[in-house]
Amino acid sequence: MEKIVVKKLFKIFGDEPEKALKLLEQGHDKDSIHEKTGMTVGVNNASFSIESGEIFVVMGLSGSGKSTIVRMLNRLIDPTAGRVVVDGKDVTAMKKDELVNFRLHNMSMVFQSFALMPHMSVVDNAAFGLQLAKVDKDKRRERAIEALAQVGLEAWADSYPGELSGGMQQRVGLARGLAVDPDILLMDEAFSALDPLIRTEMQDELVKLQEKDQRTIVFISHDMDEALRIGDRIAIMEGGRVVQVGTPEDILQNPVDDYVRAFFRGVDPTNVISAGDIVRDTYPTIIKTKSGSMMAAHEILSGSDRNHAYVVDGQRHFLGMVTSEGLKEAIESGKSDKPIDQAFIKDVIPVKMDDSMQDILPSVASRSFPVPVVDENNVYKGVVSKNRFLRTLHRTEVHRAEEAEALEARQAESA
Amino acid sequence: MWVSQFVDWLVNNYRGVFQAIKWPIEQTLNGLDHGLNAAHPIIVIVLVVIAAWRFSGIGLAIFTAISMVFIGLLGMWADTMTTLAMVLSSVLFCCLAGIPLGILAARSNRFDSVLRPILDAMQTTPAFVYLVPIVMLFSVGNVAGVLATIVFAMPPIIRLTNLGIRQVYPELVEAAKAFGATEWQVLVRVQVPLAMPTILAGLNQTIMMALSMVVIAALIGAGGLGSPVIRGLNTLDIGLAVVGGIGIVLIAMVLDRITQSMAQRKK
Repeated sequence: MEKIVVKKLFKIFGDEPEKALKLLEQGHDKDSIHEKTGMTVGVNNASFSIESGEIFVVMGLSGSGKSTIVRMLNRLIDPTAGRVVVDGKDVTAMKKDELVNFRLHNMSMVFQSFALMPHMSVVDNAAFGLQLAKVDKDKRRERAIEALAQVGLEAWADSYPGELSGGMQQRVGLARGLAVDPDILLMDEAFSALDPLIRTEMQDELVKLQEKDQRTIVFISHDMDEALRIGDRIAIMEGGRVVQVGTPEDILQNPVDDYVRAFFRGVDPTNVISAGDIVRDTYPTIIKTKSGSMMAAHEILSGSDRNHAYVVDGQRHFLGMVTSEGLKEAIESGKSDKPIDQAFIKDVIPVKMDDSMQDILPSVASRSFPVPVVDENNVYKGVVSKNRFLRTLHRTEVHRAEEAEALEARQAESA
Repeated sequence: MWVSQFVDWLVNNYRGVFQAIKWPIEQTLNGLDHGLNAAHPIIVIVLVVIAAWRFSGIGLAIFTAISMVFIGLLGMWADTMTTLAMVLSSVLFCCLAGIPLGILAARSNRFDSVLRPILDAMQTTPAFVYLVPIVMLFSVGNVAGVLATIVFAMPPIIRLTNLGIRQVYPELVEAAKAFGATEWQVLVRVQVPLAMPTILAGLNQTIMMALSMVVIAALIGAGGLGSPVIRGLNTLDIGLAVVGGIGIVLIAMVLDRITQSMAQRKK
């Protein structure tokens, strides 16, 4: 369901925006318009839609227009042309009262510079949106403290922003945004001013909160890793234009032009590619039956050229792993009529389909056997072996090296 | 001279307007004057000392107590109370008019540029220049003194209110708007509270300017501590002039410290 629709949105900063609009129609770009008229094209014909409940990341370098475009969603900046439609209502056409009301109840915002009121306590800051909406004192303190609890800061309710560290201040900013319980949360480079460790923590917290509440989040960032970590879909902007919109995998695999490709050059693929992308069902699976499984398993394994087999139940839920050695030992020590569980190798913990390559690296690296992969219902999907892991990395490297070479060759030609 | 003709014409035709301006000032002034003079000196001293203590500390409280007793001993009590009444009345009206004007100037660049030369004129024109028209329009006495003081002392609070509000971080104003604040809510909940230290600095300056008009006000028949100064100068009784001057200085120091402490605490 479309929550926010942006239609042909333009923003020109300057005295005669219509003039610049005409020049844009004629095909001029941002730089030539600035040369000719001294005006700045902030956003150039942006059109996209944002689905309800998704985290939508708008990415770009400084000057790409991303901060401008998010401010047009709540009309902190008025568009020069085009429309913004939220829940079917045209924000661009709203009168002042309607707009104030809209901001009070439907949207809130978290800022890069935290923007906490220094003269108000932490809990009053968190309650700010509620105070503006004229919620009564006790009720708004209650809700503010709940919001602070969600970010782990309820103990600091009566402190002042000046006493808090950057990370804590931003969490108050987030609590302020959550306290009004908005459908839509706008986050303008909300984690960019935090140090890398805190930044990752905050990103995780955001995703966790999102699992509970399913808000529509529009997140501005210039950090590719951040976008890939938290984004359901990403819009890439350059010089005011929206260059590409898609899921992280889409964009990684089908970048629309060199600008987008260049964005991904520094990206670590192990954060994007998941176990599910590289899992292979290439090892024997043994279904655990009521009796005699050990002998049967041993037979099966001897017949194959593998050493490991993975045991599942009737619904293909993962139960454990056996090796030919282990089975042989168990049979020779007279346990052959016991359940096959007795021959399970210890400490075989499966990884999940959604885990990234980064997540499963420790398991894959430290085990001498291929690591089993299960989905969220513990259904066995296959394995990831060390070989497979390394080959995927290599392929990505080779792929990127080839692309980098191609890019350089093309640049040399056009120079 | 056409200026005097113009003033004559104003006096004759707009007496009502000027009376209307005069009335609230007169009421406030007389109320304060009689109140302060009627109250027993000890009560007044205690109140001011408590104010000094609360805003600043024991040091200022002691200094205030000593100064005020000293003034009483010099026989300057009644004049000091009158001066205090005049200063407080002027400052009250300066704030009532000045703070809103400062806010308007902060919100509109055009208004600011129109207001600025007017403020410059108010501050640099020698008081004598507007004393005469004031006397002609409002007749001699304390009220004229207060009016002249208002003209002279209003610019600092206007300028500093303007400055204070303009200096509030734009991100905070933006954040307030993003959460659905109306223009009024932005002003009252964000801009004014954050501009308070600067506004109070403006108040401090306005009070000082008001005190500096005390002697000049005495030239047009106002009472208060300016009166002994002028009389002393006219009769070459230097002692009298000095005593009046000391009174003015002591009051200035006490009021300055108290209002400065108010501004510091707000930070």
